[in-house]
Amino acid sequence: MSTREAPSSIPTQSLATPDNPIYRRRVWVNRFNLAVSIAAMAFGMVFLLWILFTLASKGLAAFGPALFTQMTPPPGSDGGLANAIFGSVMIVGAAIFIATPIGIMAGIYLAEIGRESAIAKVTRFVNDILLSAPSIVIGLFVYALIVARFKQYSGWAGAVALAIIAVPVVVRTTETMLLLVPNSMREAAIALGAPQWRVVTMVTLRAVKGGVITGVLLALARVSGETAPLLFTSLNNQFWSTDMSAPMANLPVVIFQFAMSPYEEWQRLAWAGALLITLVVLALNILARTVFRQKNK
Amino acid sequence: MTGLSTTHEATSPTTIAAKKSASASSFAFQDALFHRSTQFFALLVLATLAGIIASLFIGSWLTLTQSGPRFFVTDVWDPVRNLYGGMAPLWGTLITATIALVIGVPVSFGIAIFLTEMCPPVLKRPLGTAVELLAAIPSIIYGMWGLFILSPILAELQPSISATLGKLPIIGTIFQGPPMGIGVFTAGLILSIMVIPFIASVMRDVFETTPPILKESAYGLGATTWEVMWNVVLPYTKAGVIGGIMLGLGRALGETMAVTFVIGNAYNISLQLFDAGNSIASSLANEFNEASDPNHLSALITLGLMLFFLSFLVLALSRWMLTSLSKKEGSRT
Repeated sequence: MSTREAPSSIPTQSLATPDNPIYRRRVWVNRFNLAVSIAAMAFGMVFLLWILFTLASKGLAAFGPALFTQMTPPPGSDGGLANAIFGSVMIVGAAIFIATPIGIMAGIYLAEIGRESAIAKVTRFVNDILLSAPSIVIGLFVYALIVARFKQYSGWAGAVALAIIAVPVVVRTTETMLLLVPNSMREAAIALGAPQWRVVTMVTLRAVKGGVITGVLLALARVSGETAPLLFTSLNNQFWSTDMSAPMANLPVVIFQFAMSPYEEWQRLAWAGALLITLVVLALNILARTVFRQKNK
Repeated sequence: MTGLSTTHEATSPTTIAAKKSASASSFAFQDALFHRSTQFFALLVLATLAGIIASLFIGSWLTLTQSGPRFFVTDVWDPVRNLYGGMAPLWGTLITATIALVIGVPVSFGIAIFLTEMCPPVLKRPLGTAVELLAAIPSIIYGMWGLFILSPILAELQPSISATLGKLPIIGTIFQGPPMGIGVFTAGLILSIMVIPFIASVMRDVFETTPPILKESAYGLGATTWEVMWNVVLPYTKAGVIGGIMLGLGRALGETMAVTFVIGNAYNISLQLFDAGNSIASSLANEFNEASDPNHLSALITLGLMLFFLSFLVLALSRWMLTSLSKKEGSRT
């Protein structure tokens, strides 16, 4: 606060000298705090690199063709993660397939139709809450909704749980992107006599295609690594299964089970799976950013 | 999306003219249909939240009616004797989230200062992306890393911390506990790394909304970078910064996998941070699939309800703070 008052009466030059103790103190406080903030940045980066390094060194040891061709082994023997990888692809794919149309339609409603209406305001608020809602609670919800009713854990239940997590991401990005479209574009289309649904689907939505794809990719990245909601929904399966209405193996739950086990072979596979899942998630994130940057240039 | 396939037919002027003359009422009908269908999906989002709340209430009904408010102040959790109290996991959740914020907030503030004020422009984007990638790493990876890499290191360090900081009067207790490397402190530390990217990127974004003229005026008066950040930027963006912290808190409260790996899975309430504990999310992850007794199941769902209620409150507050900042910004421009 002192800085705002001081210079009004006294010229700055006389204060900003090395022998003014107040000035010296301010300079040192500044240097110290900036050094601390560089250290904070380094702190964050160290953990990122440390985690990636650990994953690379531990995961690569178990990486090989067997990982993609063999099934999850019984304790104490070698194997792969083929069924878990397949299960994850199925569950996550189904989740995104469910979430994308819901998310885009709701996003269109918020940005183009509802705008400042009460329903739109409440939806926006609820969507923001769901965006950060604890994923394990969503697992509980889907357990009560699907698993308890059909008396069976299933791949579909897992897909629905992941879809509930993916929808808010797609809604949020679709709405944000649509709001970037200048109104003059909408007005031009309306002036040509187009009904609103054509304005939206052919003009505004097209203008932000890249942004919407970014949103879907980010949702995909977000749900690919989610473990908690799958624990009570798709559970796990030791064997190859293509039946989405039965318990299904999936990478995150297998990693969890194997990492917590005392068997060395299982732990090695868990690291390999962890490396695989992290590479996929990071690649999706970077891809989403590139798509977004290119389409918006 | 269905409209995309009919592009050519629509853009040809004859079709549009024909449609226009045909009837305006068919347009009105199409638009009404479009409005209704998009609105339906928006309402679906609302219904999801309503469904979550309703299912949690139904599931926890047994516990809520039998124990009532006593559930929240009882610290016994004993599935064998069928006694359930939610205080221990609630305590674990709050204490780990507190540790996460105590470590995470200053670090995030430092990162945000670095990224907005000090970073060379060339590095701004790559470093900003790197911080955001920290948020993208799945939480199960943090858990594994915490269990296999971080906790052995902490186990080495903890005896010396207990011997030095643990001797301090009053606050010494919190640096005590069995030096196992796993426990409440480890969980809090990992959570702090996980919330840093969320808080730091909100802080960076709101710092960048400060009008340059405010900062330049302060620099013109001879303020140092730190003084500009602390006395000009921070007060201006206060609401947004608190909103960002609340967002991080919301994440920390509900984080499951990372905590489950390292918290130690023990129901106790202790001020010793190296002790094993349990958070709501980790109790659910560990026990829900094994729970067969309706009382046990209902008690777990009551914990879930409590967690949802807590994070709902925190996230709503966060959202309110962040919108109040963007409103202020809107009225200025």
